[in-house]
Amino acid sequence: MTFDQFLQYIFSGITSGSVYALTAIGFTLIFSATHIINFSQGQMVMLGGLGAVALHRAGLPLWACFLGAVAAVTLLSTGLERAAIRPLLRKGVLAQIIATVGAAFVLETAAMVAWGREALSLPAFSGETPLVVGKATIIPQTLWVLGLTIVIVVVLQVFYRRSLFGTAIRACAVNPTAARLQGISYQKVVLFSFALSGAVSAAAGVMITPISFMSYSSGALLGLKGFAAATLGGLGNPLGAVAGGYILGIVEALGIGVVSAGYKDAIAFVILLLVLFLRPAGLLGARVVNRH
Amino acid sequence: MTGKKDRVKVQSRAWGGILAVLLLVAVALAVAACGEESTTTTAASGVTSSTVAAPSGEPVVIGAIVSATGANSALGEQERNVLVMMEQVINEKGGVLGRPLKIVVEDDKTDPKEAVTAANRLIDQQKVVALIAATGSASTLAVKEITAQKGLPQIAMAAANDITDKPPMDWIWRTPHKDALAVSRALDYVVNVLKVKKIAVLHDENAFGSSGNAEIAKQAPTLGLEVVAAESYKTADTDLTAQLTKIRGKDPEVLIVWGTNPGPALAAKNMKQLGMNIPYVGSHGIANKKFIELAGEAAEGVVFPAGRLLVPSSITEPAQKAVTDEFIALYQAKYGASPNTFAGYAFEAVIILVDAISRAGSTEASAIQAALNSTTNLPGPDGYYNYSPTDHDGLKAEDMIMVKIQGGTWVLAE
Repeated sequence: MTFDQFLQYIFSGITSGSVYALTAIGFTLIFSATHIINFSQGQMVMLGGLGAVALHRAGLPLWACFLGAVAAVTLLSTGLERAAIRPLLRKGVLAQIIATVGAAFVLETAAMVAWGREALSLPAFSGETPLVVGKATIIPQTLWVLGLTIVIVVVLQVFYRRSLFGTAIRACAVNPTAARLQGISYQKVVLFSFALSGAVSAAAGVMITPISFMSYSSGALLGLKGFAAATLGGLGNPLGAVAGGYILGIVEALGIGVVSAGYKDAIAFVILLLVLFLRPAGLLGARVVNRH
Repeated sequence: MTGKKDRVKVQSRAWGGILAVLLLVAVALAVAACGEESTTTTAASGVTSSTVAAPSGEPVVIGAIVSATGANSALGEQERNVLVMMEQVINEKGGVLGRPLKIVVEDDKTDPKEAVTAANRLIDQQKVVALIAATGSASTLAVKEITAQKGLPQIAMAAANDITDKPPMDWIWRTPHKDALAVSRALDYVVNVLKVKKIAVLHDENAFGSSGNAEIAKQAPTLGLEVVAAESYKTADTDLTAQLTKIRGKDPEVLIVWGTNPGPALAAKNMKQLGMNIPYVGSHGIANKKFIELAGEAAEGVVFPAGRLLVPSSITEPAQKAVTDEFIALYQAKYGASPNTFAGYAFEAVIILVDAISRAGSTEASAIQAALNSTTNLPGPDGYYNYSPTDHDGLKAEDMIMVKIQGGTWVLAE
């Protein structure tokens, strides 16, 4: 493997890694507040992408498609919380997780009916002329995704660490009962987490559609990879989710380069297992897993 | 703290929740199934009433299974249109054996299990004399088991090699070019037009892509070609630059991409990103506007093998041109659009079967079988069909054309 090839594999890894990272952040946002693993996360990403495609077909400029799709999926995500999660609040987390699995099927089928089975695409935000670094190339859209990831992570960190509501969310994650005794509305926190997660997922979906196309069935794989990335980095930690996403993407790309594309998922899976054996809470996960 | 009793209660509530979700899903499914059920019933009763209206004796009933919905709906929808249209056309021309032709069309929803159910229903309840089945290769292979066992002629509209390569094949014939012929045609172009030796393959890991890859590996050495790299991808992969980087490292002179949308479009875009400017030869899996739409500018210059119906001006043989022009005119008059390649396969299936039944002079399965096996020089949009007891493919690689994408549309590459 020459250095140029190596650099190109890293760039490829960053491209897929960004996708995984953004999906993983969505998982993390909901998990950290509620301990629910939202298995319809990939479908939210898919709906963000397809929603933007629909708006673009209606003739809206790209930025408006972006905002529109984010707003729509945010609403949908809060709707999901109201319709399927809140009624099961007292049935425990397991029932709520199963409700998200059901939601994934419903959303996927709905998307199939609305958009059909074919993959759809969006134009790139700032052209498709690749940027050349050494002899390797990267498309501008990847930098958009990378930029969005950085912005989201920074904003989330500031929000969770500095703002009162962010602190309240973290308090709920640590101990919902104690948090409630302090006058924090647990239901508001849950609703807000779903809204935020929906917004981030939709933004990711819109951003990656020009790179990799989007179809009603894309959500399943995105959800799976995003979940793996979130687990790898440590569920509940947005920074961990991002690290997990990029590690997964780069390992897959190098796996293709060194071994073969047929084994890339197996390689990624083995690494995930190894990490979980050595550090059950993930790379950046909390050392003590809070249980109540 | 939660007491044991409470926990039991909570658990039972949790199960209640799960049950509620399951129930919802079940109800949704049942409603969906009912919807499907009622449409098929109306279709069937509609056909029955037309039987009553036709006094010229018992109809000759042919069953057809297409994927009008599901993943292959883009293919199956036009096939269904053609089958409905051809029943009318044949009957206006005097039917078959002086009797009216009846084509009962079932939708397998792109699911082999549904195809099997439909085949059994058509054979046992409709007493069909032959089957036109199916749109996709998986459904076709599933139905093949039944027709082989019952000894009923089946005309396939799918391209997987196994359909006619793997026994039992006594009761199955096909109208499309099989995948192996598409590989021969593409490699022939590489050898004789591009005149290069070192090829690289990028293929989907699904059945279509991997069988194409296996066929390329088999045929390349006999043509003096060297496969310097063979990489794969999953249908849902989001980026193929890693595979392409590896391929570029092996320095091939042409890249052959074998898959169906959206993978090949992603490959074209990624090649452009990487600045790889070796020729891109695709499969017949990208013979659709979707590929051009997805790949955009990157689609320019891509070459692939396809049936002649994709570029109708490529059909110049008088008899073949006459039958094709008539087909296109009929289809446009009825549906207001041009028929696609798959519509052509269904059209050919009907005319081949009607021709065989007419020559057999009977609807006896063995008589139709013998007549199908002696089909010679029957013109269809895709070529001249010549079946024999050992050749159930009918077409040759030369019947395909190489198409190039230029200015967002298809032109002949040679």
